[in-house]
Amino acid sequence: MQYEAGSYDVIVIGAGHAGSEAGLAAARVGAKTMMITINLDMVAFMPCNPSVGGPAKGIVVREIDALGGEMGKNIDKTHIQMRMLNTAKGPAVRALRAQADKFLYQQEMKKTIEDQENLTLIQGMVEELIVENDVCTGVITKTGAVYRAKTVVITTGTYLRGEIILGELKYSSGPNNQQPSIRLSEHLEQLGFDLVRFKTGTPPRVNSSSIDYSKTEIQPGDEVPRAFSYETTKFITDQLPCWLTYTNEGTHQLIDDNLHRSPMYSGMIKGTGPRYCPSIEDKVVRFNDKPRHQIFLEPEGRNTKEVYVQGLSTSLPEDVQVKILQTIPGLEKAEMMRAGYAIEYDAIVPTQLWPTLETKKIKNLYTAGQINGTSGYEEAAGQGLMAGINAGLNAIGKEELILSRSDAYIGVLIDDLVTKGTNEPYRLLTSRAEYRLLLRHDNADLRLTEIGFNIGMIKEERYNRFLLKKEAVEMEKGRLKSNFIKPTKEVQEVITASGGSELKDGIRASDLLKRPEMDYSHIQRLAPSDVELSGEVTEQVEIQIKYEGYIEKSLQQVDRLKKMENKKIPENIDYDAISGLATEARQKLKLVHPLSVAQASRISGVNPADVSILLVYLEQGKIARVSQ
Amino acid sequence: MEFDTITAISTPLGEGAIAIVRISGDEAIEIADRIFKGPGRKGLLEVNSHTIHYGHLIQPKTGEIIEEVMVSVMKGPKTFTREDVVEINCHGGIVSVNRVLQLILSQGARLAEPGEFTKRAFLNGRIDLSQAEAVMDLIRAKTDKAMNVALGQMEGRLSKLIQNLRQEILQTLAQVEVNIDYPEYDDVEEMTHRLFLEKGSYVKTEIEKLLHTAQQGKILRDGLATVIIGRPNVGKSSLLNSLVHENKAIVTDIPGTTRDVIEEYVNVRGVPLKLVDTAGIRETEDIVERIGVERSRAVLKEADLILLVLNYSDDFTAEDEKLFQAVEGMDVIVIINKTDLPQKIDLAKVKENSTSHKVVSTSLLEDKGVDELEKAIASLFFEGSLETGDLTYVSNARHIALLGQALQSISDAVEAIEMGTPIDLVQIDFTKAWELLGEIIGESVQDNLINQLFSQFCLGK
Ligand SMILES: Cc1cc2nc3c(=O)[nH]c(=O)nc-3n(C[C@H](O)[C@H](O)[C@H](O)COP(=O)(O)OP(=O)(O)OC[C@H]3O[C@@H](n4cnc5c(N)ncnc54)[C@H](O)[C@@H]3O)c2cc1C
Ligand SMILES: Nc1nc2c(ncn2[C@@H]2O[C@H](COP(=O)(O)OP(=O)(O)OP(=O)(O)O)[C@@H](O)[C@H]2O)c(=O)[nH]1
Ligand SMILES: [Mg+2]
Repeated sequence: MQYEAGSYDVIVIGAGHAGSEAGLAAARVGAKTMMITINLDMVAFMPCNPSVGGPAKGIVVREIDALGGEMGKNIDKTHIQMRMLNTAKGPAVRALRAQADKFLYQQEMKKTIEDQENLTLIQGMVEELIVENDVCTGVITKTGAVYRAKTVVITTGTYLRGEIILGELKYSSGPNNQQPSIRLSEHLEQLGFDLVRFKTGTPPRVNSSSIDYSKTEIQPGDEVPRAFSYETTKFITDQLPCWLTYTNEGTHQLIDDNLHRSPMYSGMIKGTGPRYCPSIEDKVVRFNDKPRHQIFLEPEGRNTKEVYVQGLSTSLPEDVQVKILQTIPGLEKAEMMRAGYAIEYDAIVPTQLWPTLETKKIKNLYTAGQINGTSGYEEAAGQGLMAGINAGLNAIGKEELILSRSDAYIGVLIDDLVTKGTNEPYRLLTSRAEYRLLLRHDNADLRLTEIGFNIGMIKEERYNRFLLKKEAVEMEKGRLKSNFIKPTKEVQEVITASGGSELKDGIRASDLLKRPEMDYSHIQRLAPSDVELSGEVTEQVEIQIKYEGYIEKSLQQVDRLKKMENKKIPENIDYDAISGLATEARQKLKLVHPLSVAQASRISGVNPADVSILLVYLEQGKIARVSQ
Repeated sequence: MEFDTITAISTPLGEGAIAIVRISGDEAIEIADRIFKGPGRKGLLEVNSHTIHYGHLIQPKTGEIIEEVMVSVMKGPKTFTREDVVEINCHGGIVSVNRVLQLILSQGARLAEPGEFTKRAFLNGRIDLSQAEAVMDLIRAKTDKAMNVALGQMEGRLSKLIQNLRQEILQTLAQVEVNIDYPEYDDVEEMTHRLFLEKGSYVKTEIEKLLHTAQQGKILRDGLATVIIGRPNVGKSSLLNSLVHENKAIVTDIPGTTRDVIEEYVNVRGVPLKLVDTAGIRETEDIVERIGVERSRAVLKEADLILLVLNYSDDFTAEDEKLFQAVEGMDVIVIINKTDLPQKIDLAKVKENSTSHKVVSTSLLEDKGVDELEKAIASLFFEGSLETGDLTYVSNARHIALLGQALQSISDAVEAIEMGTPIDLVQIDFTKAWELLGEIIGESVQDNLINQLFSQFCLGK
């Protein structure tokens, strides 16, 4: 029996990391939104490692925050430790990583969702979409509830026809033994979507009381308080450490001896796994000359004894997992509380999406998160945010938002997905970004706050604070560029004390700052500002001045990219009518339907000659229109 | 990129008296100004549009005089491309034109792609609609040929060297990337400044060496790759000798005399040719000869022009027919040799097989028909049906330009390391060098780096 259960602007299916951001964002841009998820106790659940951030990913979290999303604030409230990574390297690759209290993380996110104006959260299993004339207008649940909506976002993660594999055992299941989502997957197939089968895995968890930490190395958090969000003012000070230990010959021998029982090698696993998250059996086989692999022991929270064994992801049978653990220093007596497992699931081939994350096949339907072939909480959250923003804006009749590769890692992520697709679960890496130096951790707010404010995601108060900071940065940069430092005795002393060579002549403060051995604190001594400047401001000033040359170069490249991005390709273009395109290019262009010439040029198989021909063709169209 | 400043030689190659090198784009005049020294005080930036100036091209770093030239300065939009255009008239010799081109490229102009001036003219609204189709065809055709050329070079020595070098850079890059993306992994050696400097300096010297050999002229001398093929004993080596006007190849009446590929550089009526004499292609039991035959087939693939020799005093055989098949679709001139002897060949069959080829009769023994053959070659070239000729050449100039830019990037990187710049910034120039080298051999994708990352290092949870 079906019944009409309600009507919304936006419906978000799923409340994982993508779903949570999507629901909140849609509501925040002003759309009446409902989130529906299989199990309300699993909102923003972390099925794998209890951590958020890291290189590239951590910058995504900052970007989410600058656009008014939740992940940064939520982890700031619920972490057990936080560290700034790559501090010895340049500013472009610095990133925060936090260890999460995964239970608190869920609770806090659920509360935020419940408190959010415009947003309804309910439990239910969606089995079908309502699609009329290739437009999605709602969803139908297993219990027969019919919900109507102007736009729908699917964020079903690893649930689609999920199957858990543990040694010789294989059964239908979502992550962590949740109910899988089978009907919906079949329904998507019936609607004509191309699906692929991917695989991922997770390591065992052990009881903290059974670990002998004296045989491991401690890994504490940073002493300086850190935060992802530009709004966070309360910092957590009592941090918990993680621990480091290693596998050894004994571990590897044991794995070798039991390889025949591994579903990876028996052919039971068919899905494609990510190369960057290989199981321990994979690592031992592929890198068999390595005498040891690192194992990090990460607490899953403050109110639990469960410890995540990072580095030991596996789908070997349970009894083998226990034995493997026992070969590792510190874990000899470890009590395994949950076994590791692999999971296979369906994902949508992401080239079926527009850069807004709306599907090309069905209007007003968006997908985000692991369903789009990615892996990782931050990747999911970043897409969820964008899909939520766009589904919301679309529903209330406003223009949608696309971030470019030079705006944000989120832009890189989505562009890669919809332009190139992926043949393994996709993870963000800093090397995927060609403008890495522009997409820094420290300037996420400068890049995106304005955009967030314009679509209603950022409140006025925060925006004003942002404008003040921006102004202060510009003022101080201007001051340093005009401030002339003379080679006085004091100046020479400061310089030589920091390992630099003496000045021959006077020098602009900004030029002095460019010297490798100088930082802002030196300049502050030699040419102090008369206004009090926050650390955020001086950090910006220092980075922008010190790396000006490199930043300039990147900006020039971006300029050229923008020119090509402004060359739009009409949606109704007929690639068959363009003579001279190579066959492969033609096929790819028809498949991807790029929105701009820049996007077209990034499709693999579309060569520079094809791009030229496309340009000429577009120009020809323009002339034809003018002359008509 | 679409809107940068481009340059190319815009007159046919050869020993013509004067050649023109054209520059177009925002920086055209600025670039020309940097390398031009006239008798007056005015730089090219200050002169009026559409004026011509006498002077010298100089190497801006050293002040060394490179060429005596006439330079026309034309400001957009009243130019062919509607952009600022500079045309440099210099001596037509291949070496001097090339030097001029190199100089311009070293100042940051990019070598134009085939058909690119025309394309710009079009994109800037200079050419009308009816010409658009033609422009697209031109781009396609020239690019396909360029691809063939690039493919040919892929198998060469240069590309092996470059591939090795790129692999070296890639490993370094991957190591840096791992340090960045997986900072907690202690089993990956930290890429220190010292280590990076070592790698950087190594790569720099290697590129310098490459550049040096390239400039030495080895590659520069390359003209139109012209391959002589034919059955044994038809007179291929004789043909080479008569075009070279010297006895370079051994000529005997024993079939299979030429066992290997012989190369000679000649200039036929202003057309630079790299003439290749091959071992007669036939099925053979003799190992040495067979190797020669294999090489002949390989050489064929890279040819721009084929001289297919037949024997007038012998039957038109199945082997001849096979040769015609082997060169289908290529630019071919058919030579019927030994016309001083009684005819045995079936001319109807020759005709049937050469519908799209020019046919010339010769008696090399009596030095007859060679003139006609030379004319045929020259006209093919100058009528422009042989575009590949300048492409081979151009792609060499392109290599040198790219090598030069790669050297610049790697030098920037090394300098930055010495300054103590953070490694992920140094990486930018390092990556750039890697991409530029990739362009030479026609590959350049970021995905390679990510593949390298995961095959070189053991990463993951
Ligand atoms: C075993 C395992 C190992 C992993 N290992 C890694 C790793 O090593 N590295 C890494 O980066 N990432 C890993 N991940 C991935 C990471 O957990 C996901 O990328 C991330 O959680 C995806 O977020 P999401 O919002 O897309 O989906 P999820 O967090 O999975 O959320 C999906 C949501 O959709 C709901 N849902 C599903 N179907 C329906 C339906 N029909 N109706 C209503 N609601 C529905 C679910 O209830 C859930 O709330 C792993 C995941 C698993 C399961
Ligand atoms: N009568 C006559 N003899 C010729 C002519 N051209 C070449 N020959 C002779 O033919 C013989 C073979 O000439 P080559 O030039 O060695 O022939 P090839 O094709 O290089 O032969 P291989 O290298 O053995 O495959 C020699 O004895 C030449 O002198 C010609 O026009 N007329
Ligand atoms: Mg011979």
